[in-house]
Amino acid sequence: MSFWSYLGNRHQQLLTDAFQHASAVFQCMVLATVIGVVLGVLTYRSEWAGNLAVTATSTILTIPSLALIGLLIPVLGLGVPPTVTALTLYGLLPIVRNAIVGLRGVDPTLVDAAKGIGMSRFARLAKVELPLAWPPILTGIRVSTQMLMGIAAIAAYASGPGLGNEIFRGIASLGSANALNQVLAGTLGIVVLALLFDAAYIVVGRMTIPRGIRV
Amino acid sequence: MSEPSDRSPASGASVAGATIQLENLTKRYPGSAEPAVDSVSMEIKAGETVVFVGPSGCGKSTTLKMINRLIEPTSGRIRIGDEDVTDMDPVKLRRKIGYAIQSSGLFPHMTVAENVALVPKMVGWSKSRVKDRVEEMLDLVGLDPREFHGRYPRQLSGGQQQRVGVARALAADPPVLLMDEPFGAVDPITRDHLQDELIRLQHELHKTIVFVTHDFDEAIKLGDRIAVLREHSHIAQFDTPEAILTNPTDDFVSGFVGAGAALKRLNLTRVRDVGIAEFPTVTVDDPLQAIFDRLRDATTNELLLLDKRGRPYKWLRRGDLMRAKGSLARAGTLVHDTVTRDATLRDALEAVLTDSGGRVAVTGRRGEFIGVVDMETLMNSVHEMLEADRLTAIEHRHELEELRRQQTRLEQEGAEAAPPEGPKRADA
Repeated sequence: MSFWSYLGNRHQQLLTDAFQHASAVFQCMVLATVIGVVLGVLTYRSEWAGNLAVTATSTILTIPSLALIGLLIPVLGLGVPPTVTALTLYGLLPIVRNAIVGLRGVDPTLVDAAKGIGMSRFARLAKVELPLAWPPILTGIRVSTQMLMGIAAIAAYASGPGLGNEIFRGIASLGSANALNQVLAGTLGIVVLALLFDAAYIVVGRMTIPRGIRV
Repeated sequence: MSEPSDRSPASGASVAGATIQLENLTKRYPGSAEPAVDSVSMEIKAGETVVFVGPSGCGKSTTLKMINRLIEPTSGRIRIGDEDVTDMDPVKLRRKIGYAIQSSGLFPHMTVAENVALVPKMVGWSKSRVKDRVEEMLDLVGLDPREFHGRYPRQLSGGQQQRVGVARALAADPPVLLMDEPFGAVDPITRDHLQDELIRLQHELHKTIVFVTHDFDEAIKLGDRIAVLREHSHIAQFDTPEAILTNPTDDFVSGFVGAGAALKRLNLTRVRDVGIAEFPTVTVDDPLQAIFDRLRDATTNELLLLDKRGRPYKWLRRGDLMRAKGSLARAGTLVHDTVTRDATLRDALEAVLTDSGGRVAVTGRRGEFIGVVDMETLMNSVHEMLEADRLTAIEHRHELEELRRQQTRLEQEGAEAAPPEGPKRADA
């Protein structure tokens, strides 16, 4: 069977897998963004705490994804919980790092001005520091998403959702007629999803970065 | 003009200044033996512009930042109006004190209007009132609200950014305005314009302004009183610019005043204090025939052509229109320099000297024509001023000689009593 007729036969299944893959990555990104930005906000003002946050998140990234999911299965069981946990943890590093760099990079004279005109600590953060740090944070989110797209494929190992199932099925039946098609379909699907997400981020950037600081 | 205090802020008229009292204000940073600011006490009157001037690192900026408690004083009290603000919530305090800094401090992700609206919004003004106020403030600092409203700070020149910075500082109508080297980062010409604008603003608003600079000329131009500060913010002299120029207390102050004190006096008199002469004018909207007739009738052989908004546009001489074959666009010479009523005599002199006709057009708040100042007026006023100065200088010299005589007498007596003291004094 050729690759194209394989796609034609299985498009229903492939689309479901692709949708679940995208949905898993998206939800984990939302979680990772919230946790990452909060971590950044809590730690950026102290040299020590900021470095600790970056080191901790980058340590998580060095754990092989297969091993992490494997380790999570006994604790959280199979399926969605270990997938979401692993993906969120992996997604943290670029966001935390960029949030800290972005927040620390805000011109101190602007913070001084914000204080001087009577903005409270919270107003300073919400109206001045975070909006100005948003472009680097968004870049972090983009990098994270690309990374999670690939890592999410491993989730199939824990019976998680997504295109990883296609790839694992192909690898398991290596030598059979459709093995190569399955791996290829899964891989290409992930690449296409990644490109679509990236395009979406460009649109998000256009809409959320104020014109005054857009480069 | 003399009773600004009974204006109500709701009617759009502004809140006038409040007094500021500093009592033994001290800032000591942990880990350094000497205090950065050592026991500063001064009283700043309501509606007064006081300039802190001194070498860099003398603590003038620290002193300023203690007034709105961006830097918390180690000890001492701050009183604004009748209120002791040393222990009040700093966020609330700062909303009542305008703050303008070097390089404007505008938020780049907000439009000009959003920047100006920040403080009024925070203190809870209604939407429509904030909107009106933004327009009013932009107009006040000489920016066309329709044009600049939606712009972002990076789309403005340095001078325009600084204007918006001042508009933001004044937006919620605070009685006190703190300015920390606000014009330090703009080019000299723009700085000059901004200084004139500030003087004009202060004439309308009567705020209490505390201004920090290291430029003594700027201090002379802007200050009602100048505090010359040395290390640890010790006050070397706190007096009017005239007094500091003619009678510096010590070598430190006279070193700061620098050379050309007489010429600097020109900075202390403003165009509005000398006679502004009238000048025949026509506007671009007048029919050509009328302009011809005016040129023929006028007692002088020159007319000033005003543009649609009443601003000086061109000097028209008799015959200019003929030569340009009746085209207003080509006739006459463009007005290349004008001064405001608040410009100093030095600026006016500069403009008159560079003008081929030996006169300069004086303009009002929005650039509209008021009159002209010519060489003759300037010469007369300068002569009067120098004459008065010479008299005071003689007076001061007599006082100084008297003082010195007393000092030498005392020293001689002291020398007889305690001979081993070395000749440490190097009197100038």
